[in-house]
Amino acid sequence: MNDASQSFVKFEKIDKSYDGEVLVVKNLNLDIAKGEFVTMLGPSGSGKTTTLMMLAGFETPTNGEIFLDTKPISKIPPYEREIGMVFQNYALFPHMTVAENLSFPLEVRKISKPDIKEKVQKALDMVELGNFGTRFPAQLSGGQQQRVALARALVFEPRLVLMDEPLGALDKNLREQMQYEIKHIHDRIGITVVYVTHDQSEALTMSNRIAVFNDGVVQQLSTPDILYEKPENSFVAKFIGENNTLNGVVKEVNGSSCTVELDGGFGMVKALKINVNEVGEKTQLSIRPERVSIDSSTSGSNNFSGKIEELIYLGDHIRARLDVCGNNEFIVKVPNEGSFSHKEGDQLNLSWDSEDVRALDI
Amino acid sequence: MEVTISTAELLTTDGVPLKQSLRKAERRNKLRAFLLVFPLLFFIVVTFVMPIGDMLLRSIDDSQINSVFPNTFKEYKNWDKAADELPPEEVYKSLFFELANGDKRQIGKALTRMNYAKSGWKSLIKKTTREIKKIVKKGEEPVSYKETFIKINKFWGDPTYWYSFNQMVNDRSSIYYWNAVDRTYSEDGDVVLQDERRRMYIKTWFRTFKVSVYVTIFCLILGFPVAHLLANLPLRYSNLLMIFVLLPFWTSLLVRTTAWIVMLQQNGVINGILVWLGIVSDEGRLQMVYNETGTLIAMTQILLPFMILPLYSVMRVIPKSHMRAAQNLGAKPAMAFWRVYLPQTIPGISAGGLLVFVLAIGYFITPELVGGKDGKLIGSWIAYHLKTTLNWGLCAALGGILLGIMLILYWLYNKIVGIDNIKLG
Repeated sequence: MNDASQSFVKFEKIDKSYDGEVLVVKNLNLDIAKGEFVTMLGPSGSGKTTTLMMLAGFETPTNGEIFLDTKPISKIPPYEREIGMVFQNYALFPHMTVAENLSFPLEVRKISKPDIKEKVQKALDMVELGNFGTRFPAQLSGGQQQRVALARALVFEPRLVLMDEPLGALDKNLREQMQYEIKHIHDRIGITVVYVTHDQSEALTMSNRIAVFNDGVVQQLSTPDILYEKPENSFVAKFIGENNTLNGVVKEVNGSSCTVELDGGFGMVKALKINVNEVGEKTQLSIRPERVSIDSSTSGSNNFSGKIEELIYLGDHIRARLDVCGNNEFIVKVPNEGSFSHKEGDQLNLSWDSEDVRALDI
Repeated sequence: MEVTISTAELLTTDGVPLKQSLRKAERRNKLRAFLLVFPLLFFIVVTFVMPIGDMLLRSIDDSQINSVFPNTFKEYKNWDKAADELPPEEVYKSLFFELANGDKRQIGKALTRMNYAKSGWKSLIKKTTREIKKIVKKGEEPVSYKETFIKINKFWGDPTYWYSFNQMVNDRSSIYYWNAVDRTYSEDGDVVLQDERRRMYIKTWFRTFKVSVYVTIFCLILGFPVAHLLANLPLRYSNLLMIFVLLPFWTSLLVRTTAWIVMLQQNGVINGILVWLGIVSDEGRLQMVYNETGTLIAMTQILLPFMILPLYSVMRVIPKSHMRAAQNLGAKPAMAFWRVYLPQTIPGISAGGLLVFVLAIGYFITPELVGGKDGKLIGSWIAYHLKTTLNWGLCAALGGILLGIMLILYWLYNKIVGIDNIKLG
């Protein structure tokens, strides 16, 4: 969606290996536009933090080049890159007050005292910690430390801000609140953000685009809605959101759709052909739980039945675990409209639209 | 009936005052804690607190000699030194009887004490006592005690002997402390410098201070990078390095010190290599041992672990991300180190510094063995007086001053850095 000329950050054919035997990052090509909020999402060890560290200058790419504002930056030391960073455990300097922490990047840039004071105050106000300048980091709560770290990464007006799992140490409520705050600050000042996390809901909440990492490779780079609704491979389908899988063999290919025979002779499923090519190929079908309708045998092209194994009451919806076509981890979300009266052990009729089933690799 | 509710005291559900109930519940735990600590507490009181108290008392105690010559000293204080050249007749008379009738063992002890004040007292009194005993045996009563004394030995007419009494006439005296800094009492009881050939303590104190400061600085310079490496290397290498750091602890201090003599002496390993390499000529072999240089080298090596370990324990917990964060914020590595890393190591630097300095200032064996004549520290003098001259009062005063210096340092440290900032492990 961005061509190279307008990309602000550009990773070109980046490989990274620490020991010369294993590639942590393989052939990474990534373009980030100015003002974009891009998240690198992936399980631990997938190479996302390494990628971020290469951008910050703390790791050197083994191969390839990173461009920032069209200039190659591999030879520029970290302290000249003008890239702000929020570290995983904030890395606030414990022997300095909050205000001193914030003025540090300004002092090393030899900015005049009154300007420093003004900028620090502005940054503190931005994160709503205007009166906390004289405190030491240890006297702040986790959320407040997080905000100070954010303010410190922004106070020297960097070209780009990197965030390495910045909310990992916070509890759930605070984490959600901070997600919105970071998003709002990004919207307000329009700075480019590269964000690393392993928490998919965090990624979905905040990002313009998400790069899903696995095994050193970007599996899919897309906007949150496309990533969720149209995963391009089974890893993305499983990693983002909840996902039901059925395994089978492609029997018929028909343009953009295909017919799959389920393993174990449970029948045929019509699906979108995404990641399979030929008849006879093994495939994994992916269906989102909320796209499965129950007791509506009339609609849809795929009609199956399943036995209720477990019902979990979750307030706004009921989560039903079913045994469908040999998969007893098949999840269906039933909206709590007061009409659901089935019990565990009951048989349910299920159906889904063939547009909602994606035939992916296995 | 009116119900009054007391708000002053909280009660438990059973109506027992809360505090009392809590005390009862905690009593067992407190007792157990005390019993666990008791053996060590007892040990420390007996082997540490009491000896130090005894030492401090000894440094100001002169009661033994005062119990031997009570009358003499009393009369001595009446002597008007400006008017009369020699003490009045009463002093001689009291001394006569106290020497004639005194307990021989006690007088012997007192004589040792008198010799510290002025050498020569011991033989003079011994000789005199023999003569006095003869006179008493004959049953004669001298007409003039003064004349009798001077007849026995002409030194009794020498006022300098009498002046030295000044140092002993009080039960409690600070003379040992003055001695420990090269001062003594003059004939009028004023504090004056010792005469030139007896001045050695001030010089030694300064040397002790100088050596301790240098050793502390060298340990810091050598230890800081090692501690940093220890804290940042992968575990595999840092464990190996740690063994090297701790190795000295497993080797006898004496062995290490003598090994340094072997290394440093004029026909030793280092000089041998230097001559072989042609860096120094055979005649120009360096004098590196039996002087201050030797003391400095050996003490630095021996005390190094005491600097490294506290530094290491502090550096280990400084997150690596701090240096990265500082650089990310635009500080060059040197600046990041100076502004971010170094300030965080101050608890370790001060703990190690204090530890090394305190150990160095009282160090004995190493300076004694490799220090030669001009590398000896104050500890050597303490040992000398303890074993050779038996002047325990002076030992105690020297020790007391050492203790005082350490307490002052500790107080200063607490003022400047704060004692809760100290970190040893």
